[in-house]
Amino acid sequence: MATIKVGMADLNICKAPDMITTLGLGSCIGIAVYDPVLKIGGLAHIMLPDSTQMRNNSNIAKFADTGIEELVKRVVMAGANKRRLVAKIAGGAKMFQVSGLSTVGNVGERNAQASRAKLKQLGIPLLAEDTGLNYGRTVELYPETGEFRIKAVGKTIKSI
Amino acid sequence: MAKFNLDQVNEMYFDVLKEIGNIGAGNATTAISNMLNMRVDMEVPKIEFLTFQELPTAISAEEETVVGIYLEVESDIGGSMMFLLKMESAHYLVNHLMGRPDDYAEEFDEMDLSAIKEIGNIISGSYLSALSSMTKMVITSSVPYLAIDMAAAILSVPAIQFGQYGDNALLIQTEFGDDVKIQGFFILMPDVDSYDKILTSLGIAL
Repeated sequence: MATIKVGMADLNICKAPDMITTLGLGSCIGIAVYDPVLKIGGLAHIMLPDSTQMRNNSNIAKFADTGIEELVKRVVMAGANKRRLVAKIAGGAKMFQVSGLSTVGNVGERNAQASRAKLKQLGIPLLAEDTGLNYGRTVELYPETGEFRIKAVGKTIKSI
Repeated sequence: MAKFNLDQVNEMYFDVLKEIGNIGAGNATTAISNMLNMRVDMEVPKIEFLTFQELPTAISAEEETVVGIYLEVESDIGGSMMFLLKMESAHYLVNHLMGRPDDYAEEFDEMDLSAIKEIGNIISGSYLSALSSMTKMVITSSVPYLAIDMAAAILSVPAIQFGQYGDNALLIQTEFGDDVKIQGFFILMPDVDSYDKILTSLGIAL
């Protein structure tokens, strides 16, 4: 079993029995999509909600809207059936308890909202999520079972 | 309209940041030395221009627990700044401040956490006053906010700030210390309009 690592503002695909992971999500979101029958999945690590709000938006994996679109395209290209795809998401924490509505204050929440909205628009059911709060998360997707494992400092491993 | 794009950052701006790093670290060293009542030396700061792929591992492994202190920057420019300490450096500083033995490594209590915030406040203030005196601008900061978590998760905050106008981030690394080296990492994140203000005030044309 190989482990595929996804960096920040990055995405990749994965086929069972391999596992795909991204380490230390803070306010970013890890979006996992997979085809439970063919056991083909993918993971994106997005940083910002909306590419249309930015002048510099050439890195499509950086944004929820373009990142999820590309992720789905790549997973389908790898053989997954788009109609069978399901999703799970994690991250979107508020790392610093900054008051007010500054970028740092609510970007995690906006990332989560944008991810949900994009999945909905693409007709991909969101089966489970572990978002918000104030701590970082490492996530692992196992396309074999669809398990999305979440690790955090000082917490027991969670599986959604 | 802001003209600044981090991807086209020029040599001169790099030199200016290095100078801010130098003066700031110098100020910080004096402050730490006074606070701990001991002699502290400083290494020449290293400035790195990193991509998002490199940033999460710039100070340690992605999942290593580190201390992050975050402040918002206000007045003539807007934005934020962050100071990061490795856990062993944070323990070392707190132990010295609290008069504990060096090898004490229990989890931080409330007192320790406010001590860390204060250390972050002093160190960040040292860098800000360097920036302030170089640019002749009034720069103040908010109260410090603290997070102790995975390095990559904490670094997602500056990454997102930088991500709004480019695909890179700037990191200033400084080593303080005498017998034990304290490694600190400083990240300045002016908002996009403030970059222009800083550069203009320094007489740098883009």
